[in-house]
Amino acid sequence: MCLAIPARINTIEGTEADVEIGGIIQKASLMLTPGARVGDYVLLHTGYAISIVNEIEAEQTLALFAEIARLTEPE
Amino acid sequence: MKLVSEFRQSELVPGLVSSIRHHATREARIMEFCGGHTVAIMKFGLRQLLPPTLTLTSGPGCPVCVTDNADLDKAIALAGLPNVIVASFGDMLRVPGSSSSLQEAKAAGGDVRIVYSTLDALTLARTNPEKSVIFIGIGFETTAPTVAASILQAAREGLNNYYVLSLHKLCPPVIKGLLDSGEINLQGLICPGHVSAIIGSRPWEFIARDYGIPCVVSGFEPLDILQSIEMLAQQVARDEARVEIAYRRGVNPEGNTIAINIMEQVFAPAPARWRGIGEVASSGLRLRPEFERFDAELNFEFETEVTVIREGCICGDILRGMKSPTQCALFSRVCTPINPVGPCMVSSEGSCAAYYNYGESHE
Ligand code: SF4
Repeated sequence: MCLAIPARINTIEGTEADVEIGGIIQKASLMLTPGARVGDYVLLHTGYAISIVNEIEAEQTLALFAEIARLTEPE
Repeated sequence: MKLVSEFRQSELVPGLVSSIRHHATREARIMEFCGGHTVAIMKFGLRQLLPPTLTLTSGPGCPVCVTDNADLDKAIALAGLPNVIVASFGDMLRVPGSSSSLQEAKAAGGDVRIVYSTLDALTLARTNPEKSVIFIGIGFETTAPTVAASILQAAREGLNNYYVLSLHKLCPPVIKGLLDSGEINLQGLICPGHVSAIIGSRPWEFIARDYGIPCVVSGFEPLDILQSIEMLAQQVARDEARVEIAYRRGVNPEGNTIAINIMEQVFAPAPARWRGIGEVASSGLRLRPEFERFDAELNFEFETEVTVIREGCICGDILRGMKSPTQCALFSRVCTPINPVGPCMVSSEGSCAAYYNYGESHE
């Protein structure tokens, strides 16, 4: 029930946005994330964007995983 | 899907697993609080990747499962009232109360509608002005701000036929309740990522500080969960107890302060009953006096039946982290997702459903 999925904001009108999830467009409320901008990814939960995804952090986490994979590679 | 598939790349799994094995030299029991984590752990077979020193235990993090029968009976009673539309998330419909369910109330003529969002419930209220629309407010801190936002919206619009039955629950207080009971002994806690997207990581700090239990806030993809376990294993190995955020793309220490403000504007903490756990102080939310006219409990007269718990169902023990679904005598023999006896089998995030759907092939 606490499921939230990353959705990309396509358009914003007031507190309402059109967001895209895997090619499907749906409406989302930005009442809880008024700072969200077109192009941002937000975590969408029951029709509301509950947070703006930090894409820089996402990349850094993935880089860390790649580094761990490199370091633990069997010799 | 961007930001999802990257966190499922199987070629990155072995590195994290070997790092976990390297650090996990000491025995540790780790609780994954959130049902969403339980599902991912079972679905991706993550338990099978862990060294024998680490044990994972499911926690009470399934809002549908922890809703007490007495509270469910209230929702069912409301559905029996005339001129009322009960709007609920779909997961709730089949959950058995004392003797009925919202689905049975619907079959008996009650107007029960499935909604995906409080936005849909508001639309129902706008388009049915002659009826009272009651939204069954189930959920943790992730969901409560969305319900609060709907109440503020209804107030702005002057919608006078929209109500909420607030059965919301708060996560940090129930963890405190579980730890204070002394029943469970944990060396690590995987904190719920989407609850923390709202409340931040600070509300978990007392667990590390006062109970000495390492905490890591985790995302929901397999690599997220393995990373969190790796960070916990490192803390255990070093005898540390801190709160760390693995899910940094979604969570910051302060959380979403706008959402917190909206939630606090509408709701105040109140005692709440949790299935299997009992009443926990300040672990629920009630509407503040200035929003009383939206409170379904105060604005409708209804009678609930005497609360009964189905015999043989050990959901309560499972939610307390005491037992696993396979220890239930009814599991998969009598109780299945098609014919569920308890809420842990009904909810898509219930432990019993996760074990049933994904367990056998892996164990
Ligand atoms: S298997 Fe069914 S009866 Fe047993 S604890 Fe789970 S939900 Fe209850």
